Amino acid sequence: MTMDYAREILQGSPRAVARLMSWLEDEDERAYPVMEEIYRHTGKAYILGITGSPGAGKSTLTDKLTRTIRRKGLSVGIVAVDPSSPFTGGAVLGDRVRMSELSIDPGVYIRSMATRGFLGGISKATADVVKVLDAFGKDVIIIETVGVGQDEVDIIGLADTTCLILVPGLGDGIQSMKAGVMEIADIFVVNKADRAGADQVVAEVCARVDQDSHIKVKDWTPPVLKTVAVEDQGLEELWQAIDGHRAMLEKTGKLHEKRRERICNETLRMIHNELFRVVREQLQDSGQLDNLVTDILDHKRDPYSIMREITGKWISLPQHQKETS
Amino acid sequence: MAKKIKIIVAKPGLDGHDRGAKLLSRIFAEAGMEVVYTGLRQTPEMIVETALQEDADVVGLSSLSGVHNYFFPKVVELLRAKGLDDVLVVGGGIIPREDYEGLQKAGVNAIFGPGTPTTEIVEYIQKNVRER
Amino acid sequence: MFDEKALETIKAGKEKWSNDVVGKTLAKNPERKEVFTTISGTPVERLYTPLDVAGLDYGKDLGYPGLYPFTRGVQPTMYRGRFWTMRQYAGFGSAKESNARYRYLLSQGQTGLSVAFDLPTQAGYDSDHPLSMGEVGKVGVAIDSIEDMKVLFDQIPLDKVTTSMTINAPAGILLGMYLAIAEEQGVSFDKVGGTVQNDVLKEITVRGQYIYPPKATMRLTTDLIEYCLKNVPKWNTISISGYHIRESGSTAAQEMAFTIADGIAYVQACVERGLDVDSFGPRLSFFFNAFTNVLEEVAKFRAGRRVWAKIMKERFGAKNPRSMMLRFHVQTGGVTLTAQQPLNNVVRVGLQAYAAALGGCQSLHTNSYDEALCLPTQQAVTVALRTQQIVAEESGAADTIDPLAGCYYVEAMTEKIEAEIMDYLQKIDAMGGTLVAIEQGYIQKEIQNSAYRFQKEIESGERVYVGINKYTMEEPPPQGLLKVDMSVGEVEAGKLKKLRAERDEAKWKAALDKLRQASQTDENVMPSVIEAVKAKATVGEICDVWRDIFGQFRPKEYV
Repeated sequence: MTMDYAREILQGSPRAVARLMSWLEDEDERAYPVMEEIYRHTGKAYILGITGSPGAGKSTLTDKLTRTIRRKGLSVGIVAVDPSSPFTGGAVLGDRVRMSELSIDPGVYIRSMATRGFLGGISKATADVVKVLDAFGKDVIIIETVGVGQDEVDIIGLADTTCLILVPGLGDGIQSMKAGVMEIADIFVVNKADRAGADQVVAEVCARVDQDSHIKVKDWTPPVLKTVAVEDQGLEELWQAIDGHRAMLEKTGKLHEKRRERICNETLRMIHNELFRVVREQLQDSGQLDNLVTDILDHKRDPYSIMREITGKWISLPQHQKETS
Repeated sequence: MAKKIKIIVAKPGLDGHDRGAKLLSRIFAEAGMEVVYTGLRQTPEMIVETALQEDADVVGLSSLSGVHNYFFPKVVELLRAKGLDDVLVVGGGIIPREDYEGLQKAGVNAIFGPGTPTTEIVEYIQKNVRER
Repeated sequence: MFDEKALETIKAGKEKWSNDVVGKTLAKNPERKEVFTTISGTPVERLYTPLDVAGLDYGKDLGYPGLYPFTRGVQPTMYRGRFWTMRQYAGFGSAKESNARYRYLLSQGQTGLSVAFDLPTQAGYDSDHPLSMGEVGKVGVAIDSIEDMKVLFDQIPLDKVTTSMTINAPAGILLGMYLAIAEEQGVSFDKVGGTVQNDVLKEITVRGQYIYPPKATMRLTTDLIEYCLKNVPKWNTISISGYHIRESGSTAAQEMAFTIADGIAYVQACVERGLDVDSFGPRLSFFFNAFTNVLEEVAKFRAGRRVWAKIMKERFGAKNPRSMMLRFHVQTGGVTLTAQQPLNNVVRVGLQAYAAALGGCQSLHTNSYDEALCLPTQQAVTVALRTQQIVAEESGAADTIDPLAGCYYVEAMTEKIEAEIMDYLQKIDAMGGTLVAIEQGYIQKEIQNSAYRFQKEIESGERVYVGINKYTMEEPPPQGLLKVDMSVGEVEAGKLKKLRAERDEAKWKAALDKLRQASQTDENVMPSVIEAVKAKATVGEICDVWRDIFGQFRPKEYV
């Protein structure tokens, strides 16, 4: 079956969207011509990141927040990421359980993704899948990261607004937060706020926000909100806060800045990935890699000169040639 | 990147018996598949939308409350209506053998009754799943 | 129970036997396996002797039937007085069909009723709701309104039989209907006896018939307990259930541990409501499974009785011995039944029923041999009832109390299971209690892991299951299975339409408004539920009022 995927996607075919996403996940070359065509239709969606420890209630919060956004008449795309097993490569993607009722809302598109070995709380193809949803016309795209703990910082590159979900009693006291985690949040959400200890978490976060110049930046003091997602409490306020952050980003030109940086990083990363893929394939297929590894292992050669030699051969950088000659 | 089999494991209807569905989800993941577990109380529409959005290769249905004759054919019908003809549909649970033929006629590719070794189910899927 | 000198002698004797006699035999004939385990995976030794129960203190650990810690039974004479209540879980199709089956069972010597509701009723949907499609009257009887309930108990005197109703999130509604019917029959509330399951926590962990978020659903549970305490004194307000935990794959010790953990959460909720533990304690009842490994099951029941008694006395300060009694219903293990060679299930059920009797249950349901294939046929139901009658009348298990006490193996196993239960309870307490343990998926994951281990044992052949992985054979497809008429749904929908057209609209609306008001405050909802069912509000309509106020719930699933 031949199909004009780009046209189908722009005309609203969820099936074409679904297949393109699979190709992106599989790094199937059929994806790229389609991406080239739909790219100019991207850049309209607002991208939210939802992150936090396992058990923080991210899926339920995503579900209820989506319902809140839908009541404003906006359409929503959700990318829910779960970890792949490093041993079997398989994954159980369970985030849809909490979002069952959204499945049949035509204004919502949910895609579950496995990390497939990628670290940082998202998968390698997440950025591309977000672009597909953007071109598909979703107004707001929510990326729900893996609940891997306290070092999911990759989301900051992808999202316009990042919400860090905390809960009382899970042992993720603010003190135990690794450096750099608090700084990723544009909005703090203390979920399950009907539990004992919620006010203490709020107080601790507020104190940190006040003290830390990396968190409280020019034009924006991250708000600390309370929600009880399972009882649908505090979601309207969360959406207002997101909207407020967005307004600030737009007014100050920071949204443009943020997106510029994102595009820069993405472009570099894509070039990096492609170069790496080509070089690796060539080295592997020719059997050269095996020989090189043997040489290094036997200490006949060292990996540093090999690196310079190979990159020098592939990319004719004058600097390299100068140094190796 | 190696292609992965993506399978939806769904509990249609109001039946709460999910021991088998959860166990199989785990076994499928161990066999290297990416398993979207829907949880309970799925309508045929929910299951088919999920299969559509996830670009699922396989839909696995589990029912122990005697509603398979209604739900399984309905899921197949809706899949076809969405153009998802090449999705493999398999079912399990408490299903009398006399119902197998009717379900297969309705487009369910295979039924696995109680006591089926899970390896048999995994092998069946790996052998019969579509190319994409 | 043995003095030190005697133990020394036994120890020396056992060592000698082990080295000389057993050693010689093993050299010639090795044992079937290196390690023997129960179906729960607990290792089983070659031989148990007084050495294995050396720490047992008869007075403290076993005592006497009807006395603390109730290890030997909750009543002074147990089945020498009267047998356990034979209570077969039944219900299918319309209220009329189920009523006929109840009357048949009562005429055959059954002594109590146990109502199975269909899934729409259990999930709080009317028969004409889109989610009810295909499910109406399938696994139980369809009840939408008080009119159906009237038909269900037609010609059944509610002051003579006791009725157990498997209903949880909407328990108050069905109890309300039952009480309204009793009133119509002229039976006062203090003469009405029975049980509602009302155990919402295990719905979240293992059974799936939840509706509302945990806090709201616990409030409805507690409202029912409080209401009955004051108005329906003979009603068992909750049946804290391990049955479904076991069905989901737990071990015997996990079944008991997680059920007791749920029990602790309910007692805590009632205490926090301001109720005296000795007021509601005696009305708490339990519900367990029985698998085929008779001795392990008996040990489980005995350990459970001992642990519950201690918890109620020591942790909650109960004074009334009745509050400390673990009174329980047993159903034989549904998941142990095979679709292959289904008649073999009669034997399994027989052994399981025997375990329940030796374990001191208060009531018993025996499964039908065809339940892995379909809903039970009349013939299979009759065999199942006869099975427990044979255990009661012929086996001798009912003639002396706790006959396995003092059996070295059973006492050692009882201690082992007790220790496992206590270990789990400590872990759960450390997490912040049962609700937190459920929310974090701890309980669910423990159960899943046991289910997984069991499945692997079956598939590797390490554990034999007759007809599944050994002694298999080709068989023709089974004949004569029970089929529920698919048209029940339409008939019920028609009845609903008529009900809605004919009822007194103003009265109905006023009753629902009143219920809404009560639900929004902390007033007990039960009086307004009873008024609403009398005003012909349906199960779905009442549940919708609560859905509106409390929201709907979907727990996280742990795979």
